[in-house]
Amino acid sequence: MEAKPDAPPPTPEKVPLPRQLFRKEAQAHFDAAINAEIGLVERLVWFWSNHFCVNADATVMAGGFEREAIRPHVLGRFEDMLLAVECHPAMLLYLNNEQSIGPESVAGINRDKGLNENLAREILELHTLGVRTVYSQADVTNFAKVLTGWTVLPPVSNPDHGGEFAFLGRAHEPGIQTVIGNAYAEGGVAQGRVVLADLARHPATARHVATKLARHFIADDPPSALVERLTQRYLDTDGDLKEVTIALIAASESWVPEQSKIKRPNEWIAAALRATGEPGDIPRILQASNLLGEPLWRPPAPKGFSDDNAAWLDGLGQRLEIANAFAHREGLSHEPEAVMETALGPLASTETRSTIARAESRPQALTMLLMTPEFLRR
Amino acid sequence: MPSSSLVPTRRELLLGSSALFAWALVPGKARAEGRDPRLLTIVLRGAVDGLAVVAPVGDPDWLKLRGDKALTLEGQTPALPLDGFFALNPAMPNLHRLYQADQATIVHAVATPYRERSHFDGQDVLESGEVKPGAVDTGWLNRALGALAPGERVDTGGRQAFAVGPIAPLVVRGPAPVLAWVPPRLPPVGDETTMRLLDLYNHTDPALARALEERNGLAAIARAGGMTSEPDDDRPALQIGGIEQVRKYFSEAAGAAAKFLARAEGPRVGALALDGWDTHVNEGVAKGRLANLLGALDGAISEIETNMGDAWRETAVVLITEFGRTARINGNDGTDHGTATVAILAGGALKGGRVLADWPGLKETDLHERRDLRATTDLRAVLKGLLKDHLGVDEQALVMNVFPDSLAVPPTSGLLA
Repeated sequence: MEAKPDAPPPTPEKVPLPRQLFRKEAQAHFDAAINAEIGLVERLVWFWSNHFCVNADATVMAGGFEREAIRPHVLGRFEDMLLAVECHPAMLLYLNNEQSIGPESVAGINRDKGLNENLAREILELHTLGVRTVYSQADVTNFAKVLTGWTVLPPVSNPDHGGEFAFLGRAHEPGIQTVIGNAYAEGGVAQGRVVLADLARHPATARHVATKLARHFIADDPPSALVERLTQRYLDTDGDLKEVTIALIAASESWVPEQSKIKRPNEWIAAALRATGEPGDIPRILQASNLLGEPLWRPPAPKGFSDDNAAWLDGLGQRLEIANAFAHREGLSHEPEAVMETALGPLASTETRSTIARAESRPQALTMLLMTPEFLRR
Repeated sequence: MPSSSLVPTRRELLLGSSALFAWALVPGKARAEGRDPRLLTIVLRGAVDGLAVVAPVGDPDWLKLRGDKALTLEGQTPALPLDGFFALNPAMPNLHRLYQADQATIVHAVATPYRERSHFDGQDVLESGEVKPGAVDTGWLNRALGALAPGERVDTGGRQAFAVGPIAPLVVRGPAPVLAWVPPRLPPVGDETTMRLLDLYNHTDPALARALEERNGLAAIARAGGMTSEPDDDRPALQIGGIEQVRKYFSEAAGAAAKFLARAEGPRVGALALDGWDTHVNEGVAKGRLANLLGALDGAISEIETNMGDAWRETAVVLITEFGRTARINGNDGTDHGTATVAILAGGALKGGRVLADWPGLKETDLHERRDLRATTDLRAVLKGLLKDHLGVDEQALVMNVFPDSLAVPPTSGLLA
């Protein structure tokens, strides 16, 4: 989905362009989630955007990255998403590959600059195989050599194509490289594409992806039988994420009544807006995300935001304050019990129902509704 | 104090307040009579225990009813005597001072026509002025302004009606234009809300309970002022250090409203809502939660008086709540939803120093459904009296538009000086 075409901003001279871009991308990001008829695809977008995270402090393209590299592929093939991600300028900038130069390349011989292993390491450790799996330091170095020349055209010297991906042959390390036991012939940019395709098919990647999906959607410690099934489905379908997602939905573990996961802050914010039908004011949404420790597109590290409950339990008090503020702005115009039906329906326990019914005011009822276990969890 | 010095600057206002209040047009008829009246309505949401605000210390059944939770004129925290029969909660010295200066009136055993016990519906009746909940989306205060004939309104110079809060309280919503001002700071999370959530978590989700307890350091407080302690303990009451925030919020909210109303060209009618009165557990009448809330309210009344300056003489503040609480204390040292309660009127425009009550008595057979203080005064009579004599709203309009189906409830006369 594209960001909505917007009228020119009313005061472009006051808000710097990068910030305008960020806000519009953020608005599109939340709008899509808030207005989705069925939230699953948006949840997948959020999941994969966090799996392949970039940081908005490193690039103005964080929102564009999600739109261009993540969103089109969440029900497609993992390999296609992986390729789109790793050659996206936002990722190349975030993980410092744009200046990685092969030591034996033309540029490397001429200039005293060298290899940057950051992107190669995170692809192996975080994006595909998983930490402490089948790769060695030599694999990281060799893969980094494969990826040399994957860069971003500098805007200053390229008014028409600045900021786009480019393969710079003169920075590319020549020769055959061996990664995880496979020798890859020299082939320019194609060499890296072949490595990524092989990584996408690797059983360790299948298991890594299956584990992360199950941890995000099902439980902090996902049942190993489920991880096994998802891994197998991934391998059977050559990394078809639609098929893996269907397997996840079909799993009996997805349908247990216990809500074991705590919604991450941004999921909780989106859920509050969906439940009340409030459109959401993007500066306020972003302020709340920041306060709750999940600043949009600003993860603390390339690993992304945690998917463990423990990471988010500490913020419960802040959630209460944000719920209270939200309820005092919007709470008078909502029937708390109607919102409860919309948001929770049969999930609402007897205790929760009576807590909401006995609230002393509509704002208090809405505050508590957003803070009920059923609303905080999923 | 000259009123010009009280005119709040934009910055002052942006920084100064955090309530939902709203105000609207100026009653021109009264102005034509050489008066410039101000009316501020404060809705106390959650159902205030009227017997704990103004205690019938002269009623022979009072001590029997509330035992050691009854306010009396003796003890560590003696109530403040009003008229020999009634006494005021000791947390409200400012209101007591105003009462003694004939600038405050208490109406007791008062209630709206609503006889069920749902907060939302009760607030709807209280603020809409209708007999039943859910009837209209407008409030009696706004419709009262609408009832002032257009020609009588002072609305020169493009002056607009004004409101604070993105959503004004129902009482001031309606056809008469209301301009809302959005407060930068919102009310703090009430202890009551936190305790209710904690209670829910303790029953259904212990992990969340632990997280919330740790966050708020509540465990210690629940032990100190919670379920087992006596309210007369010297240990801290059921507060999470939040009362200072509440106190500040109440004062800022009411104080900012007063600054607007005091302005020479400002609005003349406003409304705001203050929450937190639903004291089911550990009510803390003389010491504790309710005492703290009443203290905060007393501070807010004082702030209004100060900020009104000279305009205080022409001011009436009316404090109302959706219903009262049970006459007896429940099993948790609190009170449950009841019927009749108090309404408080304060301001220089009043003929104060009086408790208006047709006292129903406290014997079991006197009580409404053998549990609640019986309502002997219809709150609409008091409000109609204020609107008629203070703002100059036509009596027929009061019945037609403001309080429908209130023909049998004539306005209380003689409320004003």
